[in-house]
Amino acid sequence: MVKLMQQSWWKLLAIFLLCYTVVGGLLFAVPRLNILNETIRNLYYHVPMWFGMIILFTVSLVYSILYLYRGKLSDDLMAVETANVGLLLGVLGLLTGMIWANYTWGSPWNGDPKQNMSAIALLIYFAYSILRASIPDPTKRARISAVYNIFAFFSMIPLLFVVPRLTDSLHPSNGGNNGFVVYDLDNQMRLVFYPAVMGFTLLGLWISSLRIRLRLIFDPNYNHSSL
Amino acid sequence: MPRLLKEIVWLIRKDLLLEWRQRYALNGLLLYVSATIMVVYMSVLQLKPATWMAMLWIILLFVSVNAIAKSFLQESAARQLYYYTLVQAEAVILSKILYNTVLLLVISLLAVLAYSIVLGNPVQHKGLFFWAIVLGAVSFSNTFTLVASIAAKAGSNQSMLMPILSFPIIIPIIALLLSISTASITGKDSNFNNNLQVLLTINIILPALSYILFPYLWRE
Repeated sequence: MVKLMQQSWWKLLAIFLLCYTVVGGLLFAVPRLNILNETIRNLYYHVPMWFGMIILFTVSLVYSILYLYRGKLSDDLMAVETANVGLLLGVLGLLTGMIWANYTWGSPWNGDPKQNMSAIALLIYFAYSILRASIPDPTKRARISAVYNIFAFFSMIPLLFVVPRLTDSLHPSNGGNNGFVVYDLDNQMRLVFYPAVMGFTLLGLWISSLRIRLRLIFDPNYNHSSL
Repeated sequence: MPRLLKEIVWLIRKDLLLEWRQRYALNGLLLYVSATIMVVYMSVLQLKPATWMAMLWIILLFVSVNAIAKSFLQESAARQLYYYTLVQAEAVILSKILYNTVLLLVISLLAVLAYSIVLGNPVQHKGLFFWAIVLGAVSFSNTFTLVASIAAKAGSNQSMLMPILSFPIIIPIIALLLSISTASITGKDSNFNNNLQVLLTINIILPALSYILFPYLWRE
């Protein structure tokens, strides 16, 4: 794992993809739609944040399961740092979404089911941080927080993906609102959207790998041989 | 009888006996419910049907959190270690979930009775409402029991951790319960069956996860 963390090709790829996203996202042609107008470009920044968050939380879940399976403290370190960066991306996704909602839906918070569920997801991972902070012993902390991470993830994920689709939503492709189809099928937008998702996810993994390496150096509970 | 089942029955009997011998916990919960209902009554006096239902679920939420928070705290760590030598971890968590379901069911029904006496009852479909309350007790027990054991293991500040850890998980479930139970006032809408399915699925996933995860928690 340390080997992959120290390699630079995927970090260069992240920089390249994000530069492309910024340039392409602001300059390429986008479909003209009522109300959305030029704000549609936020799709390249707001939605990839959520994708990145979900991907990082999933990585965190995998490492929590691995920790319970084989009990290596480095797995716990991976779980907590990916969850932290997932939280960062989630907060950014929420903020960019609120700014966008303010211009298109009229106010920053509209009681939209997807918005509510994302806020709940953030609450769960903040609770995870608080739980970790309250246990001093490193192995006990790793074990208990891994259990909470797994339990919370599975109780949240069906609701994050199922409930918003069952009720009316202002978001596209929910409850009879099929707005996303209109512009998702625009191939020009896909050309920027998918690289943006990859770029933000790689950036998130890069930030977490830096934090992990920093803690491996300064935290006496871990040593390099444990990786 | 398989060993697991035998141990579950034994543990539930032990819990019931303990509850009966130290009745202050049960009486305390009933007093907590009554006091909360009086607080709601004194602050609003009259409620619209939708708000009536929302208030009821908020009361039930707080009562349930308090009822379940104690489930791993009322016995000492030493005695839990003793149980560890006697029974399987899976039997402990399953017996606690079942016992908490019964406890919450009794308290919820008493709470609904008191709430209806003080604030009236706008419910049209009594049967549907009853099953919504039952489903609520089951959902709360399935969600909170494992979280209570996590909070109990976390050390010094369990009373603060319990709501922090459990409220984010329960919010979507409360939303589903609210929409299902509101159907007993307004009649079923198009989402009713979907909501019920999602809720039932969650109530299968969460106990299964508790069953798998609890042995890791219990091991010291």
